[in-house]
Amino acid sequence: MTTADATTGPVQGRDQATPRILLSESWRRRLPLLPALIIMILLTQVPFVMSIWYSLTDWKVIPPGPREYIGVDNYRHMFDDHFFVDAVWVTVRMTVFPVLGAIVLGTAFAILLDRKFFGQGIVRTLLITPFLLMPVVIGLIWKNQMFHGLYGVLNWVIEKLGGSPVEFVSRYPLLSIVIVLIWQWTPFMMLIMLAGLQSQPADVLEAAKVDGANPVGIFRQLTLRHLRPYMELGILLGTIYLIQVYDHIAVMTGGGPGSTNVPYFVFQRSIGGGWEFGQASSYSIVVVVASIAIATVALRVLSGLLKGEEIA
Amino acid sequence: MSGHEAQPRVVGENPWANRALGALAWLVALLFFFPVFWMVLNSFKEEQDANTAPKLFFTPTLDRYREVTESAGGLLSFGEAFTNSAVIVLTSTAIVMLLAIPAAYALAIRPVGKWRDVLFFFISTKFLPVVASILPVWILARNFDMLNSRQVLIILYLGVNLPLAIWMLRSFFQEIPSELIEAAEIDGASLRGQLTSIILPMAAPGIAATALLCVIFAWNEFFYAVQLNPVEGSTVPIWVTTNISTRGDFLAKLSAASVLACIPVVLAGWLAQKRMIRGLAMGAIK
Repeated sequence: MTTADATTGPVQGRDQATPRILLSESWRRRLPLLPALIIMILLTQVPFVMSIWYSLTDWKVIPPGPREYIGVDNYRHMFDDHFFVDAVWVTVRMTVFPVLGAIVLGTAFAILLDRKFFGQGIVRTLLITPFLLMPVVIGLIWKNQMFHGLYGVLNWVIEKLGGSPVEFVSRYPLLSIVIVLIWQWTPFMMLIMLAGLQSQPADVLEAAKVDGANPVGIFRQLTLRHLRPYMELGILLGTIYLIQVYDHIAVMTGGGPGSTNVPYFVFQRSIGGGWEFGQASSYSIVVVVASIAIATVALRVLSGLLKGEEIA
Repeated sequence: MSGHEAQPRVVGENPWANRALGALAWLVALLFFFPVFWMVLNSFKEEQDANTAPKLFFTPTLDRYREVTESAGGLLSFGEAFTNSAVIVLTSTAIVMLLAIPAAYALAIRPVGKWRDVLFFFISTKFLPVVASILPVWILARNFDMLNSRQVLIILYLGVNLPLAIWMLRSFFQEIPSELIEAAEIDGASLRGQLTSIILPMAAPGIAATALLCVIFAWNEFFYAVQLNPVEGSTVPIWVTTNISTRGDFLAKLSAASVLACIPVVLAGWLAQKRMIRGLAMGAIK
């Protein structure tokens, strides 16, 4: 459904060896692709179309009533509901801040790691660990051991420094979740940036050094430019995942005020107790439209990456 | 990857600056790792040692591990949850690989026309938020009588991991020299012949890294599991949440459960980290 922006230029690469493709040959090529393609269409597009249909009805499960087609009524009054508008803003902040925080920290960590030093492998292992942990565990552990108002480690540090303890999760629910998300996603960004750093052509760097460029200059002129596509990729992938955060909200705040994003809001309004399937579906369609908007931009970036790779 | 295989290089020439930066890296890593270290430490404590001002020294005990692995009547037990997770994750990942390997072949080695559009279709499904499909999925699962079954999660995790697997495998397959495949074709090798004689052996490390990543994502998945399998057929993430209680202290117990829940995937990730780094980052770029 969002393939519109994919480049449709001439197929390059191995095809050039066989310019004439017979029909049967092209179907033989397609065959290995079909099972995966059909499964993905069934698993993603069918429910999506059903969601669109639900969103055009006034379907309530509890109390049960007749399901009637009501056109775009669900969409018309959507932004009058301040709970929904709040959820939209939470979603924006819960996506943008963690992505930016993680990309900055991840780049810094990657630069620190991209050199030979004692115990480099151990340091990398320690740094990637948060990415491997279960998100539910991450949320629960941060809430109960780091953020806890009475015996959380952070409050212990704050008290040692002479401050007074803070009830992080209840007073700053969004900030708490953002901190946890940054912690979880920094390793991912670090890995992508590390791959970027290590794929820099060594000869160019050598030449710059021989020419007497200073390290700061090399970093700004060569490294940062080289890292840009990697940074874009990290931001793109991070955004796709973080726009859908659910687990951390579920276990840390249970969707209290200030920390309910649209995905969690849809859940609350439907199978999480609201049972208004029609209205909830219209909210989820809004998330999809927003995601498509981001994806359109993002896919353009990605296709640029793929093209750049072929030219190089 | 192409010629210049990554070698960490020394940017600055000053050895002292390098040593200082190395020490800084260690400091940052230890701070960053602290929540994990503290979780492991807490898991060996008595509840009263865990729920107090941070305590570094205490008499370690395995009692919390014993508590969380004992089956309590009626509740989801450790054994059930781990069995469910193992069956669901392994079955789903196996099917993903069976579907993704031929698909990646059709995108990388003998590309179909407009392969780029097809690839973007797969990726674009990741842009579709799961909430947008959860209601129809829930209703379909209920109508097919599949709520609280292992099958429903096996099927849904196909949708979660297939795009990622195809995306990564394609990049690994592209690194196979095309002369090898052409030679096999001239010898008359079929698709299956090419796969088993050349592609699978040559791309084996990449395939393993891809499968591992699918396992990690499926093992850690919570949203579908809690919506569709809250009672039976539940997986490890749900079992972890059963170890929090509204009454009394539970941090040590929760820590022990968390360690058990995370250990399979963390160990696998540690062992395969280099290849995963390559698969995730380089794989995504190429």
